[in-house]
Amino acid sequence: MQVSFRINGDPVAVEVEPRLHLADCLRDVLGLTGTHLGCEHGACGACTVIVDGAAVRACLMLTVQAEGASVVTVEGLSSDEALSPLQTAFRKHHALQCGFCTPGMLTTAHALLTEEPDADAHRIRSALSGNLCRCTGYIPIVEAVLEARSAYRKAGKP
Amino acid sequence: MKPAPFDYQAPGTLREAIDLLASNPEAFVIAGGQSLMPVLAFRLATPSLLVDLRRLPGLGNIAVGDGGIRLGALVRWRDIEDDQRLVAAHPLLHAAVAHVAHYQIRNRGTVGGSLAHADPAAELPGVAVTCEGEITLFGPAGSRTVPAGDFFTGPLSTLRQPDEIVTELHLPKWPSGRRWAFRKYARREGDFALAGILLFYDEDRQGALSNAHVGVIGACPRPHRLTKVERLLNGHAIDDGLIRQAAATAAEEVDPPDDLHADAAYRRGLVATLIERGLRAAAQQRSA
Repeated sequence: MQVSFRINGDPVAVEVEPRLHLADCLRDVLGLTGTHLGCEHGACGACTVIVDGAAVRACLMLTVQAEGASVVTVEGLSSDEALSPLQTAFRKHHALQCGFCTPGMLTTAHALLTEEPDADAHRIRSALSGNLCRCTGYIPIVEAVLEARSAYRKAGKP
Repeated sequence: MKPAPFDYQAPGTLREAIDLLASNPEAFVIAGGQSLMPVLAFRLATPSLLVDLRRLPGLGNIAVGDGGIRLGALVRWRDIEDDQRLVAAHPLLHAAVAHVAHYQIRNRGTVGGSLAHADPAAELPGVAVTCEGEITLFGPAGSRTVPAGDFFTGPLSTLRQPDEIVTELHLPKWPSGRRWAFRKYARREGDFALAGILLFYDEDRQGALSNAHVGVIGACPRPHRLTKVERLLNGHAIDDGLIRQAAATAAEEVDPPDDLHADAAYRRGLVATLIERGLRAAAQQRSA
């Protein structure tokens, strides 16, 4: 089936089988391998992308369901030249080690702070509770997201 | 972890959707897909056709009125969380939905999907049953409304026919000042409940309970009310003795599954503890 949507601001049209989930479409059809696939059944959060402003699991959404939607992946969070304030905070706080979960952590935190720039630590932990990280112990991730809030408050959107 | 092939249609009217289901006996309905997609990924189901409800008009509304609350089938968990009217208009619903799965799931999971999927540990079916909600279905013969208490027949089983679509959940009006509690236990935040309880009651001037409604999820093959506990509570004022009796009665009344997540005895103990904590919390609530 032909499906048209926007990816990181640019319109795309892809020809896919109905059974192809959005994460496989992003990685295998569009070559955007920043979106990682861990469990492929909605348990790990690694494949989180932002669809029409909301963080969703790309393995739990069919590509055909993205018709007309605006999809943002980790590639869309920063320019080629510089890291976003959220990414900079992740780097500063050592909020990643192996990096596998990081795209899902970044997209989830970005969607959260865009809507709720004053989210407290409890809210951040709750929003990230569906994202598994096997390296960091989570504490540096929460610290990084807390620090990045100031950039979202100032800009409305970084 | 790839679904078997299927066809896909996103019809623009309810009638077209029903016609597709009626003429394709192997078809499945998909809305948010947050329960169905894992089922497809594991190939526990291999439908010939998915009928996506996303283009159907009028199913995404939350109506709050004198007759209670009406939730359209395509209302998402986050729509309920974001609707500040519901904090007063149905605090039990509002609180329970905040416990559904995770942030990302709540951005796509829907009312109709949860009801039709009928996981015994799911929050919304528990709210629907405990509050004597009514579920409306639309099928080839038109629409019909079923009491939530009858709708859920077993694990992942309901009265819905394969060519019917859940269109709406109605919850009766919630009077202000009603005391209530939702308690759930899962090993990790967002997981399905090993056991959960929902309860509410009204009080007369002397503090005697009336209209007690107590429901259980997780520790049961389907969400249901604990009528022995309700009878025990009605007509009495809350005190320590009554709370302990209610907890013990609840543990006897449930019929929990024995599985690798928890054995039946553990779930009975959980239900007793959650009932006790729920009743204490409800008794301490400020009257609204």
